Amino acid sequence: MAEEMRIVLRNYGKIDPLKIDDYIAVGGYNSLNKARSMSNPDLINEVKASNLRGRGGAGFNCGMKWNFAYQAQADQKYVICNADEGEPGTYKDRLIMENDPHTLLEGMAICAYAIGATQGFIYCRGEYPSVAKTLKQAIAQAKEKGVLGDFTIEVRLGAGAYVCGEETALIESIEGKRGEPRIKPPFPPVIGLWGKPTIVNNVETFANIPVIVEKGSAWYAAIGTPSYPGTKVVTLTGDVANKTFFEVPTSTTIREVIFQFGGGIANGKGFKAVQIGGTSGAFIPAANLDTPIGFDAMTAIGAALGSGAVFVLDESRDLVDVTARIAKFFAHESCGKCAPCREGTMRVHDLMDKINAGKGVSADIALLNKLGRVMSYSCLCGLGQAAPSPVLSTIEHFSADYNAKLM
Amino acid sequence: MDYQEILANYADMPGGMIEAFHAIQEKLNYLPEEAIVEAAKVFGKPVSQAYGVATFYSMFSVEPRNKNVIRICESAPCHVAGAAEVVAALEKELGISMGSSTADGLFTLEFTECVGQCQSTPVITINGKPFLDVTPAKISGIIAECK
Amino acid sequence: MANVTIDGIKISVPDGSTILQAAKEVGINIPTLCYHPDQAVKANCRVCVCEVEGNRLLQAACSQPVFEGMVIKTRTPKVIEARKTILELILSHHPQDCLNCIRNENCELQSLAAEYVIRDNPFETKVRGFAKDFSTPALFRDQDKCILCRRCIEACSVIQTVDALGIEGRGSHAMAVPTLGKDLIDSPCIMCGQCIHACPVGAIGEVEYIDQLLAAIADPDTVVVTQIAPAVRLALGEEIGMNTGDLPMEVFVAGLKQIGFDHVLHTNFTADLTILEEGNELLSRVKNGGTLPMFTSCSPGWINFCETFYPDLLDNLSTCKSPQQMFGALVKTYWADKMNIPAKKIFSVSIMPCVAKKFEAARPEMNSSGFQDVDIVLTTREVGRLFRMSGIDFKKIAPAPFSPWMGEYTGAAVIFGATGGVMEAALRTVYEVVMEETLGDVNFTVARGFEGIKEAEVDLNGLVVKVAIAHGLSHARILMDQVRAGVSPYHFIEIMACPGGCVGGGGQPITKANAKRVERIEAIYIEDAEMDVRKSHLNKEVNKLYEDFLHEPLGHKSHELLHTHYHDKHKKFL
Repeated sequence: MAEEMRIVLRNYGKIDPLKIDDYIAVGGYNSLNKARSMSNPDLINEVKASNLRGRGGAGFNCGMKWNFAYQAQADQKYVICNADEGEPGTYKDRLIMENDPHTLLEGMAICAYAIGATQGFIYCRGEYPSVAKTLKQAIAQAKEKGVLGDFTIEVRLGAGAYVCGEETALIESIEGKRGEPRIKPPFPPVIGLWGKPTIVNNVETFANIPVIVEKGSAWYAAIGTPSYPGTKVVTLTGDVANKTFFEVPTSTTIREVIFQFGGGIANGKGFKAVQIGGTSGAFIPAANLDTPIGFDAMTAIGAALGSGAVFVLDESRDLVDVTARIAKFFAHESCGKCAPCREGTMRVHDLMDKINAGKGVSADIALLNKLGRVMSYSCLCGLGQAAPSPVLSTIEHFSADYNAKLM
Repeated sequence: MDYQEILANYADMPGGMIEAFHAIQEKLNYLPEEAIVEAAKVFGKPVSQAYGVATFYSMFSVEPRNKNVIRICESAPCHVAGAAEVVAALEKELGISMGSSTADGLFTLEFTECVGQCQSTPVITINGKPFLDVTPAKISGIIAECK
Repeated sequence: MANVTIDGIKISVPDGSTILQAAKEVGINIPTLCYHPDQAVKANCRVCVCEVEGNRLLQAACSQPVFEGMVIKTRTPKVIEARKTILELILSHHPQDCLNCIRNENCELQSLAAEYVIRDNPFETKVRGFAKDFSTPALFRDQDKCILCRRCIEACSVIQTVDALGIEGRGSHAMAVPTLGKDLIDSPCIMCGQCIHACPVGAIGEVEYIDQLLAAIADPDTVVVTQIAPAVRLALGEEIGMNTGDLPMEVFVAGLKQIGFDHVLHTNFTADLTILEEGNELLSRVKNGGTLPMFTSCSPGWINFCETFYPDLLDNLSTCKSPQQMFGALVKTYWADKMNIPAKKIFSVSIMPCVAKKFEAARPEMNSSGFQDVDIVLTTREVGRLFRMSGIDFKKIAPAPFSPWMGEYTGAAVIFGATGGVMEAALRTVYEVVMEETLGDVNFTVARGFEGIKEAEVDLNGLVVKVAIAHGLSHARILMDQVRAGVSPYHFIEIMACPGGCVGGGGQPITKANAKRVERIEAIYIEDAEMDVRKSHLNKEVNKLYEDFLHEPLGHKSHELLHTHYHDKHKKFL
């Protein structure tokens, strides 16, 4: 029996999130003090050695990223928490921020110390106004208590743009501009917010940091799969009996997530597919259910852990219809800057609608395959590169759904 | 508080135009042209850039909207949970189609993408406040509450 | 230095070079669309993508820096397929309108489609359906053709600091639009037309007046007279298969006569005249405590800019009309008289390197002759079209002379077309008038060159005249802000809206890089050096004009015909 393991959600339901004293009583801010007694290289090496990888979807080694920012010379550096959480099916960051905001603040403060930054921002999506309020209260309490030292944190709101989950688009948004991704290189740890070295990490990533500092890198690295250790908060939605969340080690399999924790398919129906990682994730057929959710294992089956969203579909679902709906999402969310994404997401949407309406021909499938492929390696940022995944994976694994609708 | 006073409050915030636009929309439910022009002045940006920001983000509107902005999530998880039926019920209850506003100035219907409440699909928001596990049957009650 | 391999060729390039730069070194031309040599890298079209060994993602050559040992492949099947698909995507969201388009045969998208052998586009053609914007008399916008490369926006915001263009909306609904989505006439647009040069396709162009010209030519009762601006001849050859500078003036005149112009005269005549009026105006302001520094006023894009962004400094502008407008006022009075042609029969055309001149000619106050002084303005490009339509063999046609009274000009007038030219021409005259001695060397080389701001000092018997020259409005702003702050050290400032001066004007053959502007400037100084007379005050026809008609610079007649006033165009949202 796989078991939950609550690291980032360790205080969920156990403390009053609006009471900093509750957080302190369970050891909160001790890690920050401990971190401050370490040298920057030692602290960064600890985080590196834990092999904590980004929990927003990109999966980059957290400590390695911090090191780039630490090495960069500048008169000012920034720590940004990516709380844009735009990935459909995902609400884990909201859970962390609503129920234990201080773990995020503490994680950010540890990062700030490590790289030499005194200013931080939490970019909170505009669709979470109450979360922003909670964060502001927590920051005010932390300031009053003096726990953050000289590190100040400001909350900045998003305004409804999924692309602002991309770190450079997010930075552009904090700068008060259109959220359009920047050309990389340079990368944010070298040239980021207002041209200064900047670390952008996901909420869940930061929430792991205080525990890693407390319990050590070796402890963390031993949890879950070695290449992507620790836990992942998975949020279940769709045709699953328990539409709720769990925090599980990364060695947990997809089958365990859906059938054990998720209670299986709702209404006793059969399993058809699961889309993991968010709306740009691949659709995974039953054959791959025993894959552990760790990053590299997922890559091996052509899928991604991504945000940890688990969108389950039962046997009655028409995947062409679901995929067409997702295609509309990407056409809507493309920022419009680069041609293959701006034009490509529009065309994928048009073609999927055409097929979904029963007006498609097999040449349309071939065109979708080619277009999706070209987008996946030509677009400027991850949005355009990943947008074709749902289409490409459903065409590959669920061609029956498509064939049933062709003219 | 008119938009000029609101903008003055944000003048010292580096990159604060988006925060300022949120604050203006809280009062006016949209961004009037004059407010965009003034924002450009306050933040030292060209008007064309401020307009580019105002029209980029889904939550901002440069067209007037009614008192209660109802947004229905149409992302995949809500879609499979029955968002289409909720849309139909809302259109029927209010007598307008998606993307329109009622004549009495009370409601505007818009689509939105995922708002992060996927444990309780389908979801709608009214002026940013989420309403969970929405069904066609619950619509009249929700609307009545707003009036 | 970094050692890289491109398509099997090994090369060493400076650190930080892009793949595009490295490829050029070995003679490999990677196709581009949003890239512009004088602008910041945009990397948004993705046409220049290449394979880099070890990376699944293709890299944009224009933005990707090389690293030691990088192995690049620019022409693999994966790359070719990607480029074709991207082109198909752009082309299918573009009007299939080439035959009627102003950029037919001179369009970067069209060229790429041909190069990549796009035969059957698998994507259905979709056109956005916007109305064309013909709200200004100078330029039009065809929004449907925009491919969102953003080169126009950079030209307008960064190079010209006008910011009349921006991006509205998101995704496939994103559009390049004038401020607040309004028509151009309601935006801060100053009609300099630099956006036309920046645009790779036909989304922006000049408003053409070819039909009006042909109608006037066809009317036997109308006498069609034209003036030609100094920067036109040397660039016009580029439109008809010649090198810059190679079209001889008398052949140009002959071509115009063949097309049907009754008389060809030269704007250079009034350029020389302008020097006399403006030079005296400057001296008068210096002696009598008039508003200083004085700004030149021959660039209508600059005038629009001053009226829009610096309306508080309109008094600093010289009251002299531009040479185009001085000419227009005189052709329907003085010239008509001398030639015994009734003024009302004259159709006054001007051939300009400029699109803002079309707006200038249409200004209501430009009617001191009793008629609209200049009826239509044709750009160098429009004359190029007329010449190509004419079937004339420019190698064989017999040369023709200018008509009398307003066709003579000096080298000082010729250099008006280059940044610093007006200043140098003015100094040649002012020096001799004040010092009452002949200039040994007429070359004020300090005024020449492509730097954004140039300055110089001329000692006139103790009076040290400080002058500055700016081209491109981002540079003009620096000087203007100094004036506004009351700290400008200059007496006289020449400002040209377009980078390079008129040689780079909005109406010139489509100019893809500053290098071409520099080439045209060189041609201008060669033309000047080859002239016998190089000082405006030695223009015999101009002296005759004063003798017979104007009587004296800044006199009553001059003020009536050759001087003007300006308007505060500070738009309500600036």
